[in-house]
Amino acid sequence: MSHKILAKDKLDAFLQGLCRDQDLFAPVMKDGKVGWAPVTTAAEALWEFSNSELSPKDFFFPQTECMMRFKNVQGDPQGMIMQAEPALNKPRVLLNIRPCDAKAFQVLDMIFVQDEMTNDLYWRDKREKTTLIGLACNDPCPTCFCTTVGSNPHGTTGLDVLLTDIGDKLVAESFTAKGEALLKELPEVTRQDLFQAGELKKAAEAKITSGVAVDKINAATVMELYDAPLWDRVMESCLNCGTCTFCCPTCHCFDIQDETQGEAGRRVRNWDYCMSWLFTMHGTGHNPRGTKKDRVRQRFMHKFKYIPVKRGGEIGCVGCGRCVQLCPVNIDVRKVVNDMNA
Amino acid sequence: MEAIAQKIREAAKKLLSEGKVDVVIGYAKGSVPMREYPYFAYTPEEAENLTWSSFCCNNLALYTIRRPGRMAVVAQGCVSRNLVNLINENQIKRENLYVIGLNSPGMVDRRKVQALFPGKTITEVIEEPEHLLVKGQGFEERIERKKFLRSNCLTCVQRNPVISDELIGQAGPEGHGGNIDNVAAPWEKLIPAERWAEMQETFKDCIRCYACRDACPLCYCYVCFVDEAQPQWCAKSQDEADVMTFHLLRAFHCAGRCTDCGTCESACPQGIKMRRLTSKIEKDIRELYGYRPGMEIGAQPPMSLFKPNDPQDFIK
Repeated sequence: MSHKILAKDKLDAFLQGLCRDQDLFAPVMKDGKVGWAPVTTAAEALWEFSNSELSPKDFFFPQTECMMRFKNVQGDPQGMIMQAEPALNKPRVLLNIRPCDAKAFQVLDMIFVQDEMTNDLYWRDKREKTTLIGLACNDPCPTCFCTTVGSNPHGTTGLDVLLTDIGDKLVAESFTAKGEALLKELPEVTRQDLFQAGELKKAAEAKITSGVAVDKINAATVMELYDAPLWDRVMESCLNCGTCTFCCPTCHCFDIQDETQGEAGRRVRNWDYCMSWLFTMHGTGHNPRGTKKDRVRQRFMHKFKYIPVKRGGEIGCVGCGRCVQLCPVNIDVRKVVNDMNA
Repeated sequence: MEAIAQKIREAAKKLLSEGKVDVVIGYAKGSVPMREYPYFAYTPEEAENLTWSSFCCNNLALYTIRRPGRMAVVAQGCVSRNLVNLINENQIKRENLYVIGLNSPGMVDRRKVQALFPGKTITEVIEEPEHLLVKGQGFEERIERKKFLRSNCLTCVQRNPVISDELIGQAGPEGHGGNIDNVAAPWEKLIPAERWAEMQETFKDCIRCYACRDACPLCYCYVCFVDEAQPQWCAKSQDEADVMTFHLLRAFHCAGRCTDCGTCESACPQGIKMRRLTSKIEKDIRELYGYRPGMEIGAQPPMSLFKPNDPQDFIK
């Protein structure tokens, strides 16, 4: 929509504006790790970093989220009746989110908010009340492969604003009315600034040297991939832990439970993960994904076959590389997908 | 390191080509720096992929559990101790196992190396005899290997394998100069409230991915207590009580069994220091029962055995 300039010495004033009626969060360095935290000044936030170790999905899909509460008393007229939890009471801004993570939210929108019936109000409420200000990646990691799964280090999908660091200032581009409003007081860019941002984008894309190919996966049938021999080897070292799932910006499976303590009761949803046998365990004792191989296969098939088939070709992976970095046994999604595509 | 790796490959090729084992379980080079991974070689050709480096941090004993057939395992001190544990706990049979033993040089903690270069990406780490050459985008630095050892390797008491069918290289020295009691000691000075605060701080970043449990060769229960669903014993949320219940109970289940191999800390995506708990348990078992787990086939684990003269002072 519009291209503006945000000088680095004007950042604090810009952030003050953001904080006025909203909660502002950004990646910060804490105990040697990059994580998300509330900020009010530019100095608290990180402006040069690769990405947060865990994805920021918990802003919209917390690991533990209370959905409803109830009074745990049978026979009481008010007992056992679910009461809605209050919605988010203050709008939020996520500053310096990476384009891959913003793209992930757009993928998750397609899953949490599909139609009238499949319309997750917990996800939607927080999404509608949150503004995303992205920071373009000028220096992608060797584990990044976003350009091969439909994202980009300077990608704009899912963002209200994208900031590109061109030295002593940032080019700020808006894509939504919300973003446009945030930038309206800022000065216009020059052609030179835009040219510089464009050059940085090309350079960042060139730095992404690894990737996945999915053409043959798209052409294959589900059963061909499902029965492919590769799963016997992929699953060998897998621990069936939740690391890949929990650090992933697009993994979104959950489990809903009712918890009670005395008269207090709540319905809570927690992240769950396909690597866990319990995730698919039926009350009957039957488990449709009873072996480690079934569970390992599920994660890759879900992202690279089932989601594309059901969501118009959209891939359920944004190439952030977190699972590559954090898997305790180095199961590298790039290798697995390229083997699927062989 | 490369000379040792070559000998591992030769041993594996020989075992596989002679049909002595069905598989050799060792380490292969990871796709990212400082992350070798458990590798299963079924043929002499696949044995070419085996490696040995400062980053062989997974405990391979894990993969022998409930695995049919005859297998060879590359085993440094701690892995061999866990194999002995599994034999003593009747989980594997000695005759199905071929131990390719070797002295551990002590493994390097990738988080300690990364901490030297905050915010920077390490792209390559090259092994030198006493050093590591760390390369990244726009930097290169040679660091002294022994200063970056995992904390459990620093306090290791058993670098040589306790059982082996074949020794790769020479038996080497024991120890790296650290004392595990110094890890446990801080707990003992704390009053309960302080101790609880310390535990809260230690586990505050836990995301309950269970990588620590799933990487651990002691955790072979068919159903872990946190996965019990009928009835459910431990709730699933991020409430502190549930997170702490998991870690505390898991630690107790490992009492008298933990070999301090450090695979839990190496696996943790959040860098949580589980050894703050397990070191105290190791110390108690050693001091109360004079027992170190996994040192000898046939030894009886103190937590499985009652003796009339067992220490009972702690029962109040």
